[in-house]
Amino acid sequence: MRYGETGFQLEVDLSRGSIDKVETDPRDTALYLGGIGMDAKLLFDRVPSGTDPWSPDNLLIFGNGLLNGTCVPGANRLSVDTIAPLNGFMGHSLMGGFFGAEMKMAGYDRIVISGQASDLVYLAIHNDKVEIRDARHLRGKGMVDTQRLIQEELNDKRAWVAAIGPAGEHRVIMASIDCGNSSAARTVGPVMGAKNLKAIAVRGTKDVHIAHPAELWEMCSRLRKEFAANPNIGDWMAVDEDDSFHHNNFSWGNARVRRKNFWSPALEERWRNLKYDHMSRQTGCWNCPKACHNLITWPNRRRFSYKCYGKDTYHMAAFQELDFTFEILPVAMDLGFDSYSTPQVIAFALELLEAGILTEKDFPGMPSDTRQRFYYLLQKIAFREGIGDILANGTSDAAAIIGNGAEKFDHNTVKKFEQLPIKLGKLNPAYFLMIGTGEDMAITQIEGSFPQDPIPDPELREEFIRNWNAVPDKKFHDWFRQWVKRDQLPDEAMCAITDWNECMHYLDDSLGFCGFVSSFRGQFGGTTGYSIWNMPPIITHATGMEFDKDRLWECFIRNRTLVRALNNRSGLRRHMDKPPEDHWAVRNEEYEQLLLTKYYDFKGWTFDGIPTKETLEKLSLGYVAEDLIKNGVLTGNEVTALKDPRAKKEKE
Amino acid sequence: MDKKGKKTKIVKEIIVDTKKCVGCRACEIACSAFHAVPKYSSVNTARSRIMVVMDEVRDIFVPIRAGEYTEAECNGRNRYVIDGKEYDECTFCPASCPSRGAFREPDSGLPLKCDMCENVPPLEKPMCVDACTFGALTYEEREQVVEAEPPKRAEMEIGLESLIKKFGSKKVMDAVARLSKEH
Repeated sequence: MRYGETGFQLEVDLSRGSIDKVETDPRDTALYLGGIGMDAKLLFDRVPSGTDPWSPDNLLIFGNGLLNGTCVPGANRLSVDTIAPLNGFMGHSLMGGFFGAEMKMAGYDRIVISGQASDLVYLAIHNDKVEIRDARHLRGKGMVDTQRLIQEELNDKRAWVAAIGPAGEHRVIMASIDCGNSSAARTVGPVMGAKNLKAIAVRGTKDVHIAHPAELWEMCSRLRKEFAANPNIGDWMAVDEDDSFHHNNFSWGNARVRRKNFWSPALEERWRNLKYDHMSRQTGCWNCPKACHNLITWPNRRRFSYKCYGKDTYHMAAFQELDFTFEILPVAMDLGFDSYSTPQVIAFALELLEAGILTEKDFPGMPSDTRQRFYYLLQKIAFREGIGDILANGTSDAAAIIGNGAEKFDHNTVKKFEQLPIKLGKLNPAYFLMIGTGEDMAITQIEGSFPQDPIPDPELREEFIRNWNAVPDKKFHDWFRQWVKRDQLPDEAMCAITDWNECMHYLDDSLGFCGFVSSFRGQFGGTTGYSIWNMPPIITHATGMEFDKDRLWECFIRNRTLVRALNNRSGLRRHMDKPPEDHWAVRNEEYEQLLLTKYYDFKGWTFDGIPTKETLEKLSLGYVAEDLIKNGVLTGNEVTALKDPRAKKEKE
Repeated sequence: MDKKGKKTKIVKEIIVDTKKCVGCRACEIACSAFHAVPKYSSVNTARSRIMVVMDEVRDIFVPIRAGEYTEAECNGRNRYVIDGKEYDECTFCPASCPSRGAFREPDSGLPLKCDMCENVPPLEKPMCVDACTFGALTYEEREQVVEAEPPKRAEMEIGLESLIKKFGSKKVMDAVARLSKEH
């Protein structure tokens, strides 16, 4: 018997209509854990280099974190992964809520979708009974109706349905896959559309077994109460009404305009009332003692919930106030749009119109009111009508298609993915590394463990260090002690900080933890629910596999290196590892490149940013090295970055 | 029982505040883990004796506890409108009944019923309540004073009474006397 995991994955080929329940190798679990790690391995093994991401040969994987569906609090995140049509690299997104746990109880750690159905279908899973069903009658339906209609068809109100809306059906790059209050984006939506898969419904009534029941229960029961009582765990944005941070510091419109004095006490009061006058309640995810979603009842809209920064994106893109977000979010979400990238694409289009690169002719019948323009463009993009057909490709590719100088307006993407609209003054070296090299393609998916800011007061600083339990190594104490200015720490520290930050995200994404109880939370106050110290005993008690800090850390390095290698095989190289040109006003190209070299070296990568054969072999990734050599990505004789002659030249 | 024919009994109550429920289902998880054999050895919310009836679009979050098994579903159902929200009667119904799959052992189909987590030694509160960190479920034990029932008469006494009614006391006494000599 397998513990913690089910030991099975469901493999569905939509071209052939085949459904297989496949037993997995527990040795792989020990190496890659689950979630992003196992997904990356499947993508590496099964999607050959050069595969067109839109083609049936691409995979769409719903991969449970190893601990999902157990009693471990806050473990519910499903890694939804594919090869992204946007840039050919791994498209990685996380879905919280209940879908992952239900999959586990249906008996599956993962669902691996390949092929392409001849017409729109959905997948209905009830334990071992799995059917590919006709979904033509659901074409064009929004998220909410799709979920309800499928539950009715299956006569099971407790089935969880992950679906795409019209945006996904039309392969819109910004489309999401939604299930209840949770959502996965970053190109997994359009790939689901390309596979002609409207939805997956899952219901499970099987046991998820635990290896050391009493020990795990005692630990989890205690953690659940600790998390509940600790305000430093969870998403503060759900409860903190002072959102001056994003509004004063982030850029509005197409990541263009800073409004440093936007926030005021009067505004805060007005928005507080707006929220609480319309909030039905807060809702949570599977087995989490934090309720981070705000459920909003808005006139003439279907009730909806939002979380985190999703509260700000639409009104900041449109230069409006919170009421606009409340008004448009339920419409956008029902169409199946990701609220992170979509508003930026719309703001980009409107900026092009203002600049005369696009003209009124490109927007026939568009209202003059900004708010109405957003609705107009949502519809155009979701159904790929007119200009919407171009914008549906995301900012970067749309700019390339439009041309005529539009490329300059694509100023906030990394590897073609829209980024947080942050434009700052002075280079921050750790952030340079994180934005440049973070292959989850978003800063929020790599930052998080090391604090964003130093503490100037020595007494407060020492107190902070005394309570800083998450720290993996004493060296971080020393660096924190000597840290005065944000951008000033030894390069070695910048590399190690980036690495630790990245580590916690990779572990979360492999184990199923939400960043708000783990990887993302330490940067604001140091406290986290999970750390490299308490994860290993939890994994051991859940799965029966012996884990300690070092072994778990090695899993991070393995998974990270595998994702890197997968992307290297698809062409990822050094010159692509860079933040948006205008992220900082003051740049230092020479220093940045030297830092990047040091970081690659720290990671055991070549000067070009590819893991060396030796690095791969040390991580039991010899098969990856062989493949990279076969594909001409490596020769096998490379050295790590600092030993490269080009690095020496750099120094001179 | 005291002299006045009164006695006290412990009433165990789980108080459900639906406004505080966030739908995390920690109660379901705790219930299924506690009732697993051995304890906590598995999680399977289909085996849980508590279920959160959840519908985000309608803002319905109602934890219900498995109650009695019933063979037949209701002939008709009520719809309740509470604070402007419409609830199906089943939203509050604890029955394990044929109209829904809930509260059935998934393997055997046998009905499940909440046992308030009976345990030796007794728990301070049921596991679902312990797992609810939002205060949607709270536990109370209160002493209730109840009228003591008059002592129940034995079955034989009831039988004799009906014989006397039918045949008269003399005949019955004679018969009893004769029969007791014969045995």
